[in-house]
Amino acid sequence: MQRHSKKHIRFTLNGEQTEVAFAPHKTLLEVLREDLNLTGTKHGCELGECGTCAVLVDGRSILSCLMLGLDAEGREVKTIEGMADGAELHPLQQTFADLGAAQCGYCSPGFLLVAEELLKKTPNPTRAEIQEALSGNLCRCTGYIKIYEAVELAAARMRGEKFDLPKESVYGLD
Amino acid sequence: MKNPENPVQLNVVGKPFRKVDARAKCVGQTKFADDIVLPRMLFCKMLRSHLPHALIKSIDISKALALRGVFAVITGKDLPIPYGILPVSQDEHALCIDKVRFIGDPVAAVAAIDEDVAFDAMNLIEVEYEPLETIATIDEAVLIDEPRIHDYGDSGNVHKKVSLEFGNVDEGFAEADLVREDTFFYEGNTHLPMEQHAAVAHFDSDGKITLWSSTQTPHYVHRALAKVLGLPASHIRVIATPNGGGFGGKSDPFNHEVVVCKLAMITGRPVKVTLTREEVFYCHRGRHPVLMKVKTGVKNDGAITAMHFESYLDGGAYGSYGVASTFYTGALQTVTYEVPRYKFQGLRVFTNKPPCGPKRGHGTPQPRYGLEIHLDKIAEQLRMDPVEIRRRHLVAPNSVTANYLRIGSMGLGKCIDKVVEGSRWSERFSWDQSQRKLPFGKGIGIACSSYICGAGLPIYWNNMPQSGVQLRLDRQGGVCVMCGSTDIGQGSDSILAYIVAEILGIDPFDIRVVTADTDLTPVDLGSYSSRVTLMTGNAAIQAAERARELLVMAVAEKLGVPIENLSLAERRVFDVENPEVGVSFAEAVVLAESKFGTIGTVGSYSPPRSPGKYKGSGVGPSPAYSYSAAVAEVDVNPDTGIVVVERVWIAHDIGRSINPMLVMGQVEGSVYMALGEILMEEMVYRENRNVVHKFPSMLEYKSPTTMEMCDVKTYLIEDPDPNGPYGAKEVGQGPLLPVPPAVATAVYNAVGVRIDEVPITPEKVLRALKEKSRGRDGRFGPGAVPSVDWPEPLRVLTPAEGGDGTEMPRVAVHS
Repeated sequence: MQRHSKKHIRFTLNGEQTEVAFAPHKTLLEVLREDLNLTGTKHGCELGECGTCAVLVDGRSILSCLMLGLDAEGREVKTIEGMADGAELHPLQQTFADLGAAQCGYCSPGFLLVAEELLKKTPNPTRAEIQEALSGNLCRCTGYIKIYEAVELAAARMRGEKFDLPKESVYGLD
Repeated sequence: MKNPENPVQLNVVGKPFRKVDARAKCVGQTKFADDIVLPRMLFCKMLRSHLPHALIKSIDISKALALRGVFAVITGKDLPIPYGILPVSQDEHALCIDKVRFIGDPVAAVAAIDEDVAFDAMNLIEVEYEPLETIATIDEAVLIDEPRIHDYGDSGNVHKKVSLEFGNVDEGFAEADLVREDTFFYEGNTHLPMEQHAAVAHFDSDGKITLWSSTQTPHYVHRALAKVLGLPASHIRVIATPNGGGFGGKSDPFNHEVVVCKLAMITGRPVKVTLTREEVFYCHRGRHPVLMKVKTGVKNDGAITAMHFESYLDGGAYGSYGVASTFYTGALQTVTYEVPRYKFQGLRVFTNKPPCGPKRGHGTPQPRYGLEIHLDKIAEQLRMDPVEIRRRHLVAPNSVTANYLRIGSMGLGKCIDKVVEGSRWSERFSWDQSQRKLPFGKGIGIACSSYICGAGLPIYWNNMPQSGVQLRLDRQGGVCVMCGSTDIGQGSDSILAYIVAEILGIDPFDIRVVTADTDLTPVDLGSYSSRVTLMTGNAAIQAAERARELLVMAVAEKLGVPIENLSLAERRVFDVENPEVGVSFAEAVVLAESKFGTIGTVGSYSPPRSPGKYKGSGVGPSPAYSYSAAVAEVDVNPDTGIVVVERVWIAHDIGRSINPMLVMGQVEGSVYMALGEILMEEMVYRENRNVVHKFPSMLEYKSPTTMEMCDVKTYLIEDPDPNGPYGAKEVGQGPLLPVPPAVATAVYNAVGVRIDEVPITPEKVLRALKEKSRGRDGRFGPGAVPSVDWPEPLRVLTPAEGGDGTEMPRVAVHS
């Protein structure tokens, strides 16, 4: 394999101006994890099949394993590390944690960012809209149900509505 | 065993606290194995066989070694000692020595400056093979003795044969009004954890090695490394990183774990390996494909008189947990329903495919699928409601089964009641197609199951506890709980914190949990066989009760209050009769440390001894058994054959929920995984084309997305078991078991065809419907089972026959 010298890009990463140099064939996933030490972005297949490596580029979810790092030049990239507002977790991060939507937690960063994108566009999504939006992300632990409930709970809280943990989803039916 | 069955008040147990590691997982802080980066770290790639069965004639690594950036290349001769998870199946080498046994079997490994160089070097390794005839199926393995895939096993390519008989089944069949026989096939499938296996090894200047690995069983990896690397176990440290999903797929010691250790020892630099998704398919150790035949005798009222169950397991290329898997296909039949006489014959073969092993439910979903459909067919023949026939066979609580498994609490009856009521079963079910209550194409089906809460015996024979917990109390009020258990997402770290917090009266988030580190934590055997909550929970109770005792002794002395008056809650130790008299938890630790010295306690757990003493009685015993019942509602399109599972009602007998929210998560996740198995997931190979895996990728190995997942209605039944911590039983695996057969029986109810083979694909439904339209049975499923020369069964008198759990002396058979 022919080796090329590193290329240098500038982009906005989690709100910060960032410069990084890396081998030009690297994917955004590899650049984030290996050259910027942001290991919160995970990988499940590196072939664009599982949704695990999703990040937001200019506000839209993309699979970072399918995007060249070089293509991030000048773009705005958000990873799981940039989702919280300082020490304050994003409502989705809170509800994912509180409702058990993260079991092994490996797929969670991808789900969280895709859900954030959904709620930005659709603040009051139906269950079907949530399913549709998250259909590109695989989770093997939860059966997705706690994830839907966490998205619904976060959406309600973000709309300013009072909405408690649904009893059925934490205690089961009577 | 301290077992607070009716504690006065529980502050933590039974409450839906978030997991202690939940937030870290939602902000990207959790360090999985591939997230570990060490200075000077090298990267490993393994060259894998492209042939399914071949002798290795020569391996030339010279070109690879000469490549710039390559630091080491090793082959099988560098790691000559075999290993394997079971003492009876030490049949794996980290790198194949003289032959390869499946496509994906590793033959050489490279450590290089980065993954790209390692990959290039791997392609420069030249291997000369001499292909051998392949064994692709159970039938071939039974028929073809030579070439043998392994030079051990019961005969030819048969790895293991088991033949057990409890009571005289022929007498039982003679007493029956109806004797029915059916065959079923359950295709293999794989865990597909979202995290690909990864491991990092670091060899330090004192000659000690540390391995971080995505493993469910660090203790067993520790043992295997000590054997294979030739280092004293005390110089090896295994740290299980949080597993990004396990489901049984990270329970074996793996070749890549051994390989990175060896490469680190050779190069003196840390070495990391991260498997590609394709390689994860080759690691496999997933669900065994199982062909089954079951024969049951029943009275006209549905009472079972005898059962004879045969299973034929396609084990793939190595032993793995296979001997245990084989026994498990036969062990638990008597736990779900009362079976007074029972015969089990099981056979596992070697084939040239990735090795099978334990996947969620280990050896149990296959027989459960067959038996539940079989029972449904019997019910139809007797014109009994499928619910009624199941209620008729409930096992009595606190009883001993025909094969000597001791049942404790038994909540199946309540589980059935809940799902029947929730699904409005009686308004919707009818055997009579002419009096359907649901429109054609819509159907409903029910199934039940039971599962172990930990294996009664450890994998290697010993008299030590299966789980140990150590507590350290800090004089400033901190508590550290240490345990060898491994969190694979199920929440085992949190369970330790909840239980210790409950007993010491502090907040679970006050507690530091240190787990799965063979240098720091007492041994726990690992996250498998649904053992963790029960065993670590009991060990944690013991350790915490001991710490509590030291605290109350010191505080009682200080306050002049009788010990029995003291209570621990809300971070205080106080007099229950005069609650304002008390000290803070931190002050209590100071008092205890002043009185007794450094405060540390330990707890351990060993399961009770099983009443079974016959050869083969080691698989099946458990401290407790969980129960589940499920009703599935399906929509079957008779034109396309597509089955949509619309809803599953499931009730699970959890004993007691330590955290009901986490229990719910396990139930829902089990339903999901079952749905994948019954509708779409299959590990399949091109038998005539080199036994190559048809689709080792996540795109083509179909698993349910949000669009296929059904609605789930969950009921938790709390019938505390005396052996469980606070009465808790397992939930990680049991709820998967009733779902596949519930879906299959619902498909029959919907369109009148029996799909006796998993997965239920549209093609199979259409073929069965076509059969039916031609006036035939309308069944898709296997025909005969292979003809096998079974050994004379080992006979055991049942408890009802006055047996004592031992086998009867073998007598010469006269013809």
